[in-house]
Amino acid sequence: MATDHELHLRERLARLRNLNLLGGTRLSGELEKLQRQLDRIQSAPTDEEIWRSVELARHQDRPYTLDYVERLLDDWVELHGDRGRADDAALVIGLGRFNGRTIALVGNQKGRDIKERTHRNFGMAYPEGYRKAMRLMEIANRHGFSLVSLVDIPGAYPGVAAEQHGQGGAIAHSQALMSRLEVPTVACVIGEGGSGGAIATALADRVLMQENAIYTVISPEGCAAILWRDAGEAKKAAAAFKPDAVHCLELGVIDGIVPEPEGGAHTNPDEAARLLGESLQESLEELESLSPDDLKRRRRAKFRSLGVFA
Amino acid sequence: MSSRIDVSIEHRDVPEPPGKKHPNTCPQCNSHYRDDELDAALWVCPQCGHHFPMRARARVALLADDGSFLEEAADLRSEDPLSFFDLRPYTERLAEAEMKTGLGEAMVIGQASIDGNACELAVMDFSFMGGSMGSVVGEKFSRACDSAAERGVPLVSVTASGGARMQEGILSLMQLPKTVCAVEDLHDAGQAMVSVMTHPTTAGVLASFASLGDVIVSEPGALLAFTGPRVVQQTTREKLPEDFGLAEQNLRFGHIDAIVPRPELRPYIARLLRLFSRNGD
Repeated sequence: MATDHELHLRERLARLRNLNLLGGTRLSGELEKLQRQLDRIQSAPTDEEIWRSVELARHQDRPYTLDYVERLLDDWVELHGDRGRADDAALVIGLGRFNGRTIALVGNQKGRDIKERTHRNFGMAYPEGYRKAMRLMEIANRHGFSLVSLVDIPGAYPGVAAEQHGQGGAIAHSQALMSRLEVPTVACVIGEGGSGGAIATALADRVLMQENAIYTVISPEGCAAILWRDAGEAKKAAAAFKPDAVHCLELGVIDGIVPEPEGGAHTNPDEAARLLGESLQESLEELESLSPDDLKRRRRAKFRSLGVFA
Repeated sequence: MSSRIDVSIEHRDVPEPPGKKHPNTCPQCNSHYRDDELDAALWVCPQCGHHFPMRARARVALLADDGSFLEEAADLRSEDPLSFFDLRPYTERLAEAEMKTGLGEAMVIGQASIDGNACELAVMDFSFMGGSMGSVVGEKFSRACDSAAERGVPLVSVTASGGARMQEGILSLMQLPKTVCAVEDLHDAGQAMVSVMTHPTTAGVLASFASLGDVIVSEPGALLAFTGPRVVQQTTREKLPEDFGLAEQNLRFGHIDAIVPRPELRPYIARLLRLFSRNGD
């Protein structure tokens, strides 16, 4: 099925090929990237492969935000607290140097062992987490730092206190702030991109997904419970709503796929970090030449164009 | 990670829910009414004041001055980008919703005036697939913002939604940032947004444009929650407070500005619109 997106990629590919005479290294890099993405689209994953992505995205050894921070950033300083109520450990923020520039980084953080998992609330943020993230976004905007967001959240925490503290409003306001930022922003889904909890920190100029990450409007189990009335039908639900990176790229929801080492990011975290770093660098370089106004305008135009209707 | 929402276990020792009441029977005091009786009472129970859900057309009639409503983008229809099939195909569910409600989608938008104040209206209808937000709802809301900005008038949104429309997969999630960006563009154009959250305003709609109103008002007893009480209970086993997620609790915790009974809604919004117009007249 030749979708619009595939045609668009083909068209860009054809145009770039004709420009070969001008081609420096950047251009050939672009060509390769497009060819790679086209190859991926043409080999649309089967239902089994989609479920494999779901499992890999949730793999207990999968690298989390701080694993990448450790490998990609120098002089990392983690910041804490939302300056109002709490310091939500499910979401980390901080400043660090990435390839020579200061960046602001926000990321969801799950825990490795049961003690840390409990401390980090299994990566499920409270409204306090989003307010903490917004604090970082304001620092980035004020000082002209690019913002990198690593997304890996099963979903925003569905608890009594979370509701009382304004979960819905916090997610809405975090997105609104991201749409106002005048600095380059790159988001990458590195595991589970779970619904509102994920989009809260993913309204970025470039949105990437790791090869085995998933991006969903509801967990496969939640969807199965509602539509099939049986949470055990999660596999069927995942196959139906196609949360894998290839389908997200095809639908225009993400701008690129970040390759992972053979077998998944957990098999070789160093290599996974290197590949992620390359993609982040590439995206930031592209964005850093744009004016603050252009960034904001294009970002909003991109998100406002998403959807399929007649 | 294991399932966060596991209803299969829950179902074992929970008694069958009581049979569904007739939609015109008041869930609070069991009074029963004919359609025309409820219509005349603005779908508020004359006995106990319970607010029944209100259809989009009735809501427009309640708020807009007679003959002032000019509908926009009425011909937009959903497509089925994922060829989604659960127990039934998405296209079938859409066709059925249109037959049942007489609406093309879960949102109606258009130009209107409220007590002489020109504005743009975006009104949701819960009867259309639970007021879920898919590509068309997102696009209609986005166009409503543009229409308001172009004409230099404020936007009044009335929400009633179960959240994002799962059948459109990740594209339905993308309607959150889409509508958020639309509100931001409206605000940049200097226009206000009044958000009226009616029962229920939950999940994706609460977590996007509905929460971005300059002023947010609700109706008595409306459920306004990112996660509804049933899922919170099942996931966390926490004991829920009596008024969990209701407008009353939201007001107490500072998430909304006011709870306005339906008969007072029109003059209340009109007063706000007058205040937001630059010269105050």
